Amino acid sequence: MRNTKFALVCGITFLAIIIFFFVSMNAGFIHIPLQNVLSTLFGHGTEEDHMTIFQFRLPRIILAILIGAGMAVAGAILQGASRNPLADPGILGINAGAGFVVVLYMFLGRGTSFLATKTSVFIMPFAAFFGALCAACLIYALAWKKGRVTPSRLLLVGIGVNAAFNSGITILQMKMEPTDFTKALVWLSGTIWSTSWQSVWTLCIWLLILLLFAFSKAYVLEVLNLGDPIAIGLGTNVERERRLLLIIAVAIAGGCVAVGGGITFLGLIAPHMAKMLVGSSYRKILPLSALIGSLLLLLADTLGRVIIAPAELPVGIVISILGVPYFVYLLLRKL
Amino acid sequence: MKKEKKAINKASSITWMIVAIGLLLISVIVSIHLGASNLSYKDIWTSLFHYDESNAAHVVVRELRLPRAIAAILVGSALAVSGSIMQSMTRNPLASPSILGVTAGSTFFIAIALAIVPAISFSKLMFCSFAGAGLGAGLVFGLIAFAKGGNSPVKLALAGSAISALLSSLSTFISLKYDISKDLSYWYAGSISSVQPQHIHFVVPFIVIGLVLALFLARSMTVLSLGDEIATGLGQRTHLVRLGGTIAVLLLTGASVSIAGMVGFVGLVVPHIVRFIVGQDYRIVIPFSAVFGSVLLIWADMAGRMINAPFETPVGAITALIGVPFFLYLARKDGRDF
Repeated sequence: MRNTKFALVCGITFLAIIIFFFVSMNAGFIHIPLQNVLSTLFGHGTEEDHMTIFQFRLPRIILAILIGAGMAVAGAILQGASRNPLADPGILGINAGAGFVVVLYMFLGRGTSFLATKTSVFIMPFAAFFGALCAACLIYALAWKKGRVTPSRLLLVGIGVNAAFNSGITILQMKMEPTDFTKALVWLSGTIWSTSWQSVWTLCIWLLILLLFAFSKAYVLEVLNLGDPIAIGLGTNVERERRLLLIIAVAIAGGCVAVGGGITFLGLIAPHMAKMLVGSSYRKILPLSALIGSLLLLLADTLGRVIIAPAELPVGIVISILGVPYFVYLLLRKL
Repeated sequence: MKKEKKAINKASSITWMIVAIGLLLISVIVSIHLGASNLSYKDIWTSLFHYDESNAAHVVVRELRLPRAIAAILVGSALAVSGSIMQSMTRNPLASPSILGVTAGSTFFIAIALAIVPAISFSKLMFCSFAGAGLGAGLVFGLIAFAKGGNSPVKLALAGSAISALLSSLSTFISLKYDISKDLSYWYAGSISSVQPQHIHFVVPFIVIGLVLALFLARSMTVLSLGDEIATGLGQRTHLVRLGGTIAVLLLTGASVSIAGMVGFVGLVVPHIVRFIVGQDYRIVIPFSAVFGSVLLIWADMAGRMINAPFETPVGAITALIGVPFFLYLARKDGRDF
């Protein structure tokens, strides 16, 4: 019974992703009719459509799907491992850490290399990933007390670290030229700025490995959710498993932030939606939240492209505006 | 025994107050003295009491340094007092203006105002700032009031960061669409470097009314910080006190945000330090918070002038750098320190 429902929900979400995949293809500054999209995909389209779709739209859409899945799973793992229903890479300051290092890099490079040369495409993800990792280590170390990390302490420390990185970002931003400043702002707000196939493949491989690893660890999350005493009683090395899970979550989030910027709230709401739909088994929550995350980010990216066309709204802002009301609802009702 | 302790407390608090006010005076003089060109103490003295318009040093003191020092005093005392009121009303050690979405709300309204009327006058911007501060605080307070078993430190911090995230996302949206992001960032970075005498004239009444109201409520605040049941049991009309406290908070934070932008963590840190020194009686805590807040902000402002001279570093960034370690310290105590 439960499993049929799980299959059904997954099927519907997957179908919705496919529908929005095509909607997103034809929406945007250049409007491409659906039949042209289809014929271009199968190799019969016009030159112009071919370029728009294969150079701009398709990589971006795939990235949105990948980042959405990654962020959602990272959020689900963080929530499970910290046993805190409100954990999210954005709220915990992991995004801010990544953002700080990226802005530092932009600042030191004086914007000359940003988005312009080949090297920055390689360096930016590493900078972001390095920042995310530093922030995560810092938060974990500061929340560590008497041999353990309690959920609420982790969250509060995260909020504090978030504020520290943000004020660092502000200091750097104030010294930037206006154009660099706007670039940094857009990046920090979360936007899928890279549309190269290279980043698609890199992120794809990165996520494939880590997501599979995460799915294989789903049972640990279930055990941890029974509470520390029971988990220890069942023979789990709680601190070690928790640390491992946190590292996986940070690695996933770091990769996503590197390509998608500081997207907040997605990692928070997708797992909750999944939990509401299929119950509290992490073996079901993880895959389903990946699907829901993809769907939401695809939706938000399409909206961000259309709302103030020809300008673009950073996708992270769309997610925040959609996500906060849901977050508030969670805060009021569920917790 | 108990009486004796109380007497000592009173005597020691008077001593502390004298020390604090002395510290404040010295800080003000040092902050007027230091700057792009250091002024002699004699010039400062004569410019205050025998003002001579033809003397350049006197003009610098009267037009630049003194307004800035006064702004630091006003903003510091306003934020520290509103922080201590918030902490006693919510009985939550993490309550403070920057956590409660006040500054994000004010930035949001200013973004709207700048987008609609780019050349808007300062007094109208101040009004927007007030309205926005009210909106931000109202949303977070409302959320906490309705949340199930609300008012734990974690929930307050979360509600505040969620509302702040929403409002600042909307501000970013507006600023990107209307291309005002850099203007807006100067506003919210938290700086008193460009403050002008007329701005100060505009906010002084609000801050003075707010401070007087806070002092007037101080006794009730002490009772309220014992908890609602006890306060009601002692015959206090808690709703009235809360209403008064909220008005004071809005006046103080609205006014300080409108001249200084986002100066975080002063309202969080100062009340804790003060309570650590003088105890829980808000009749003493509130005046002390005002003085210590002023001192802290004057020093933070001086640091902002010095760190990267001749450029200014926003004072808000400095206070955040001071405040975050303190916040983390509180977080490590699981927010139980009250």
